Amino acid sequence: MNFKRAAVLGLALALPLITACSSGTAAPSASTSGSGSASAEIVVGLITKTETNPFFVKMKEGAQAKATELGAKLLTGAGAKDGDNEGQVTAMENMINAGAKGILITPSDTKAIVPSIQKARAAGVVVIALDTATDPQDASDALFATDNFAAGTLIGQWAAKAMAGKTPVIATLDLAPGITVGAQRHNGFLQGMGLASGIAATSTDLATSKEVVCAQDTHGDQTEGQTAMENCLSKNADINLVYTINEPAAFGAYTALKNAGKEKNVTIVSVDGGCQGVQGVVDGKIAATSQQYPLKMASMGVEAIVKYAKDGTKPSGYTDTGVTLITDKAQAGVDSKDSTFGTANCWGNK
Amino acid sequence: MSSVQSLAPVRPNFLKLLLGSPIIGPVAALLIASIFFAVMSPRFLSGPNFSLILQQVMVVGVLAIGQTLIIITTGIDLSNGMVMALSGVLIASFAAQKGLNPFLAILIGLLVAMAFGLLNGGLVTGIGLPAFIVTLGTMNIAYALTRIYTTSTITNLPKELTFLGDTFNLGGTAIANGTILMLFLYAITWFVMKYTPAGRSVYAVGDNVEAARLAGINTKRVLLGVYTFAGLAYGIAALLQVARTGVGDPQAGQTSNLDSITAVVLGGTSLFGGRGSIVGTLIGALIVGVFRNGLQLLGVESTYQVLITGILVIAAVSVDQLTHRK
Repeated sequence: MNFKRAAVLGLALALPLITACSSGTAAPSASTSGSGSASAEIVVGLITKTETNPFFVKMKEGAQAKATELGAKLLTGAGAKDGDNEGQVTAMENMINAGAKGILITPSDTKAIVPSIQKARAAGVVVIALDTATDPQDASDALFATDNFAAGTLIGQWAAKAMAGKTPVIATLDLAPGITVGAQRHNGFLQGMGLASGIAATSTDLATSKEVVCAQDTHGDQTEGQTAMENCLSKNADINLVYTINEPAAFGAYTALKNAGKEKNVTIVSVDGGCQGVQGVVDGKIAATSQQYPLKMASMGVEAIVKYAKDGTKPSGYTDTGVTLITDKAQAGVDSKDSTFGTANCWGNK
Repeated sequence: MSSVQSLAPVRPNFLKLLLGSPIIGPVAALLIASIFFAVMSPRFLSGPNFSLILQQVMVVGVLAIGQTLIIITTGIDLSNGMVMALSGVLIASFAAQKGLNPFLAILIGLLVAMAFGLLNGGLVTGIGLPAFIVTLGTMNIAYALTRIYTTSTITNLPKELTFLGDTFNLGGTAIANGTILMLFLYAITWFVMKYTPAGRSVYAVGDNVEAARLAGINTKRVLLGVYTFAGLAYGIAALLQVARTGVGDPQAGQTSNLDSITAVVLGGTSLFGGRGSIVGTLIGALIVGVFRNGLQLLGVESTYQVLITGILVIAAVSVDQLTHRK
């Protein structure tokens, strides 16, 4: 009777193991023969916040392409969701154990991950932060990221010109309290608009001005963006300019405006430059967006780690991976490219 | 399983003993999985890797000790992850931010966790609410209390708090102090459950609470004891969580309730109560740990790890059902 139980469980176990086999060959970064002749192969780890956000999918693609080009082996991992620190800690430990020479990470919790990064660096592993800085920034060896303050400044400068002659009544749809990315884009926007000045680029406090009649958090989520916009419209029906933390929030805001019949009179600006976001520019939903380049962050990161493995040069400091303003309504004095350029260089599913 | 046969005195055959043990299934699963991963990835079969698996399993492993006892009494605890997060945040905050003696901070964290355990037990025995409902409520309460206290991670912990995350050298392999504590807790709980009247009364209450009461067992006291002990386990898990990551994280433990139930189920304990094995839970936790670690070494996306865990749980429960039809 109990032998039968063991046998049945063994057979039942075969199913998940077969799944493991086939998913192993399906994932591009898997090596089907274990580490095989990997004695000379340089191992690079990439840990993203989640597996499924198109931004991180593009990062993985960029990293994998560079790794294949340089003959390195890429291991990937992620947390279960945005904010899952434990999952990233576990992934880092496993990658170091698998012999990774360097780890690229988009930290889910910029403070909580620091002790684990320190452990990794003490073991001689180089850690590069991508897209989001650790807190403090020098906890990681280097940072490859968009200058989020500059991204905000560009759309602010564009909006100032586009709204010339009108009094701006502004709603800001932000990320969440205390997160650098959200604060930098918001503050950059206000500074670019000329409504605030002298803000420290590393500040996590949101600047404000009398033109900002409503500021709500969205966690970068489309549904929350819609709710935030609806709340702002209830508060002040005269809003004519909306800054959004990212394009999903912008789409949520557009839906809310459309439901209120106001979408033609309100200008929405955003940051990200994902393919769906650029389509939003083409469709006239988003007036202007700052495009960033996750593929470049990952690919430069892989390059830096391979270099470290080969000649011991550690990467350091902050490297700006660039940002471009995408709009079909160019304004004089503000550099921008049109949506055709945006579509050609976007990340995510077209 | 003829009861007439078992009445006749028989010299215990060791092989029969092993095959008759309720944990043969989980042990077989763990062995098969380990062999599979060892074949697929040479780095799997190494001292450092096994030590790593134990470390990655220790927090959920300790949570699952409490969960096992509760499930044996036909209850379930959905609040353990949130109670652990609250306890962890309090420990870290009192020691690092408020300058309290670290051991006093740890004591406060343990007491708060036990208080939640007592609350769960009190509501289950006092009002007679189903454990599922009670712990659903306390889960949300603990979640909110944690975030009311703080929304940001607490860093710069004194070394007394990170001690359990530190390692010592055993024959060239680094072993975390916390894993020794986990194994020790399992050993104690196993002994109490198997060889003491208190332990046996837990099984009795789970098997048939009315019969247990008629047999003279104070069922309310047993249940209160189980839930409070579980609370203590959650407090210890909180300390392990803080030691392992080096921070007090209010976001910790959000999926730990389901993770601990998975470990218990994979270990052969029935959700219908009355029977179950502490050792089985440890094996169950190790199965999940082995799969996660092995799949990551193979470079498989973590989404597939979740898929496989789901299949495993269904497989384990099906096997349990098929071989225990009364």
